[in-house]
Amino acid sequence: MEFGLSEEQLLLQDTIMQFLAEEFPLEKVRKISSGKYSDAMVWEGLTKLGIPGLLIPETQGGVGLGYLEAAIISECLGYNVTPTPFLTSSVMAVTVLKAAGNQELLLSQIAIGDQRVGIAFNEALGARADAGLTVANGVINGKSIFALDGNADHYLVADATFNLYLVSTQVLKRTKLATVDRTQSTCELVYKDSEAILISNDEKIFKEAINAGRVMQAADTLGAAQSMLEQSVAYSMQREQFNRVIASFQAVKHMCADMVANLEPCRAMVWYSGHALDALPDEKHLVACHTKAHLQEVGQLVSKQSTEIHGGMGFTDLLGLHYWFKRIGANRQLLGSPEMLREEAAKIQGFIA
Amino acid sequence: MDLSFGLEYENFRGQVRHFVEENREKQPKFRGPAKEENITWQRILIDNGYAARTIPKKYGGYGAKPDIIKSRIISEEFSRLQMNTGLTGQGIKMLVPILLQMGTEEQRLKFIRPTIQGELNWCQGYSEPGAGSDLASLNTRAELDGEDWVINGQKIWTSSAHIADWIFCLVRTEAEAPKHQGISFLLFKMDSPGIEIRPLIDMTMKPNFNEVFFTNVRVPKQQIVGQRGEGWSVANALLGFERGSLAPSAAALSRLNELIKLMHEETVNGDPLISKPQFRERLMKIQGRTMAMSYNDMRLISAQINNNQDTKLASMIVKLQSTELRHELEGLAIDVMGEIGLSFDDNPYLRGEGGWQYQYMYFLGLIIGGGTNQIQRNIISERGLGMPKEPKSKEK
Repeated sequence: MEFGLSEEQLLLQDTIMQFLAEEFPLEKVRKISSGKYSDAMVWEGLTKLGIPGLLIPETQGGVGLGYLEAAIISECLGYNVTPTPFLTSSVMAVTVLKAAGNQELLLSQIAIGDQRVGIAFNEALGARADAGLTVANGVINGKSIFALDGNADHYLVADATFNLYLVSTQVLKRTKLATVDRTQSTCELVYKDSEAILISNDEKIFKEAINAGRVMQAADTLGAAQSMLEQSVAYSMQREQFNRVIASFQAVKHMCADMVANLEPCRAMVWYSGHALDALPDEKHLVACHTKAHLQEVGQLVSKQSTEIHGGMGFTDLLGLHYWFKRIGANRQLLGSPEMLREEAAKIQGFIA
Repeated sequence: MDLSFGLEYENFRGQVRHFVEENREKQPKFRGPAKEENITWQRILIDNGYAARTIPKKYGGYGAKPDIIKSRIISEEFSRLQMNTGLTGQGIKMLVPILLQMGTEEQRLKFIRPTIQGELNWCQGYSEPGAGSDLASLNTRAELDGEDWVINGQKIWTSSAHIADWIFCLVRTEAEAPKHQGISFLLFKMDSPGIEIRPLIDMTMKPNFNEVFFTNVRVPKQQIVGQRGEGWSVANALLGFERGSLAPSAAALSRLNELIKLMHEETVNGDPLISKPQFRERLMKIQGRTMAMSYNDMRLISAQINNNQDTKLASMIVKLQSTELRHELEGLAIDVMGEIGLSFDDNPYLRGEGGWQYQYMYFLGLIIGGGTNQIQRNIISERGLGMPKEPKSKEK
């Protein structure tokens, strides 16, 4: 029995953490977020480390690792609030393309970072009044909102009955949508007789992809919250008031203790759910729903308390703590809010007729 | 990640499961010390290696090699059917481990066998009216007079003092030493002259704990564990032991399953309560948290077996998180039952033998006991996160 990360997994974690800390510190994240730089430069760097093809088999040009490793990467990305298409292109799209079969060319292009595939699942996940799409005779019409990745070359689009279509960016009209979290881009896609290639008509494949995405977001939140906790402790140890560091006040210490007390079990939960995607088919969907829901609750607590501990500075753009706050906030809303996920968890267990 | 324990352990699980299913009817319904049926049951458990498992045979235990996985499997299988796991009590849970670690051979031979077999019941004399969270400031004095310690002072929150045969007790023996270095750990009989016990009824309306007064109580001087002035380190080893065992996640999972069953069976206006979205949402929240704690437990066990990861923080937070979680879990059961949830004592509408209300209050007690959860937060932030201690006020 071994519940933890292997030496190889720890090495992977160290490598990515070090790369991101050195190459893409907050100053660069700011420039990417403001549109000065493109997130393509991050993706190029990570391509040298094999990250885009992490889940793609070696025979198709990838690295052939599993979801637990992908969760480790997501945690690193969250910790460094790094803008990348890892969640969408490397995890969700790859999950779909692998399961559907016959997509070797696109998979090999994803693996070398040459093509990236965005995700537009909202129609199946919870359609909002402003959107709506129809597919007939190989063409798609209508609109997707809050599609993930504003810089993708293709989009995997779900309709209301969980069919998945591949639509090239060249045949649709894309408008980027501003959100509070500038490290994860979203866009509106307008289709007008746009060519749509049916990739899957199997609801199971949709579920695989969405739940893999949820686990990755949970891992991303784990990393972001861990960073906020560490920043809080570090700041409180140097900030002095009433002639002592504020870290010596119980009011501050107890907030930090509550953050870590809630966050530490989340680490085991993320590991378990990554492993479940790889090896525990009977429980993986339930675990994925609960993991994302729970992590977002804990993430919300940590992001609020951490900001409070930083006092006025926590509220400024100068310090930039808000990048983590907003990253965690966005993860909460995307791919199912905690309440919806808990309802889904109840359904999976047959608690709802 | 490898969650399987392997064939040897799965076979062992099969044995335990078989035992649990075979003996389900034989177990006594209520736990508690000294009752004949509990003592008989304890014997059965020890003979089969399900209680006092790793305590050497010469002290009356089963004598198995320590094996965390086997202990875990036993705990899981017993929890699954909410099986009586035998006698608990502070003698078994706390004193026996410390005697094994720090007692003399004579003390081990004399005390361990009757304690684990339920013939000798203990109570713990730690807290005092003026020494709760700040335990080291305790004031009960012991002075050497010839061959005896002479004890004067008062203890409080002393669980089971009214039914205990002996007490393990912290007393101040070195009046001049700094507060942590002036304490000794003594063992003595509860029927010694000069001991007065006054029961304290707790909020569950049971006399679970007491005040104990000592007036010139004489204790033979060799009845000390560790050396004079070493009592604080003895006590700390014990407190560490207590915190880990207060609210295990296997028990939380088993209570969660009971709660799910209750919400299916219990109805309002003919609808099962599980169909009410408000309650279901709370249930699902608690399920998520319970899962997180049980994975945390798996990680801790793995770290103990393989000794290859730092789980200091993951283990420090267990008492705080798991006692709060259990309190909320039991509280949800009461809420879903509405007015029926108020039932107590001999009320004919009582559900689950009154366990929900009892545990709801009992776990509030555990949030306070064993080092309050506020003290836990101090420990986590100071020893876990490296934050500084609050500046001390001047010692009295």
